[in-house]
Amino acid sequence: MRLAYYPGCTMKTDAKNFDESTYSAAEALGIELLEPTRWNCCGTVHALAKDNVMNYLAPIRNLIRVEQMNEAELVDDKRVVTQCAMCYNTLKRANAAAKADPDKMGKIRDFMEKEPNYQGSVSVVHMLELIKGLGWDEVKSKVVKPLDGLKVSPYYGCLLLRPREYGIDDPDHPTVMEDLLEALGAEVVDNPYKAKCCGAYHAVHMKEVAADLSYRILKQAQEAGADIIVTACPLCQFNLGDRQNEVKKHQREFEGIPVVYYTQLMALAFGKEGTGFEQNTPDPVPVLEEKGLL
Amino acid sequence: MSTGTSGLYFTFKPENAAFKAKVEELSGENIDLCFQCGACSSGCPLTGEMDLLPSTVIRYAQLGMAEVLESKTPWICITCFNCEIRCPRGIDIANVMEAIREMMLRTKYDKFTLDELTPEELRELPQIAIISNQRKLTA
Repeated sequence: MRLAYYPGCTMKTDAKNFDESTYSAAEALGIELLEPTRWNCCGTVHALAKDNVMNYLAPIRNLIRVEQMNEAELVDDKRVVTQCAMCYNTLKRANAAAKADPDKMGKIRDFMEKEPNYQGSVSVVHMLELIKGLGWDEVKSKVVKPLDGLKVSPYYGCLLLRPREYGIDDPDHPTVMEDLLEALGAEVVDNPYKAKCCGAYHAVHMKEVAADLSYRILKQAQEAGADIIVTACPLCQFNLGDRQNEVKKHQREFEGIPVVYYTQLMALAFGKEGTGFEQNTPDPVPVLEEKGLL
Repeated sequence: MSTGTSGLYFTFKPENAAFKAKVEELSGENIDLCFQCGACSSGCPLTGEMDLLPSTVIRYAQLGMAEVLESKTPWICITCFNCEIRCPRGIDIANVMEAIREMMLRTKYDKFTLDELTPEELRELPQIAIISNQRKLTA
């Protein structure tokens, strides 16, 4: 299966481990991911003000690239696979809003006169939806190194689940990551804060507030006995992982817990190279070695 | 504050109607649907940092009180959409917060600029954090 894959900016820098492990995991599942040529910013945040058309240009331009890939028969259908939760949400919402509003679509077309018209034929999917669609038995059949004995706490964050109509799962009781982790042989540890905000972009100018929000997620996972937390967003990963130094400044008793992308555990269980654990902070290697997985 | 002389009644003036209409136009939400149940405020992860509860912001908007533009709350709101899935009246409160932010941003107001960060702080942050922050907080 050849599919268009939109990575987004951070996947090529701070979240290289997410990008690389996505390719590794997809390859094991027989999915070939192809990036559109000259993809640009996804728009980062969806424009919620009703008269804002300008912020649709970036996401729609990317969707035009996907239509072009399909026309050139580089990919098998008109889906575009995303990973970063913000890219997913922004592309998904811009796509839906532009399709639903011919007036808006007209303005976008007029503005981008050098581009082919966007036909509105692309569907934006998240990698987790794609994997779920393959079936958990299919995932299980690719596992060569089951994650036996590893207690994993999934963290969804906001934009994979909300707003409700654009979410990949039930916003109150999501299960897709749990099902995936079980298929990989891990033991799932539930976290009641799994869909509560990590602090997101407050990390830039309100460090302490973001650290406080992240702390309750980290602490809860630890109290429940988790060895490791998994995320599906580079910003969640930054707040929950890299910013544990900030959490420790305020919570002296906090000892830290490794945080990795879900695809890193997939690549590990599938016996693939390119897990990218060396890029994670704090270091997840000791706990994975202790469990005999590395 | 445009309350009446006794403080017990509120005079809804043309400027209040205009402000309310602007919020509704920008947000696309029918804010009169709100009956002040407070579900949005009870589920909001950031009320500890706010000066007005999210449900109070909606009340200000219903009454067309432009004072709400001076509130910290719309800037503390991080658009996590927790309120959106809780609201029994189907109001997307995050859209209303964005409308209020936009009314400020469109006067060339910047809530926070990157000049306030040291080069070290800036280097530590991933693009996703910087861009989303600036998209929400600068004109």
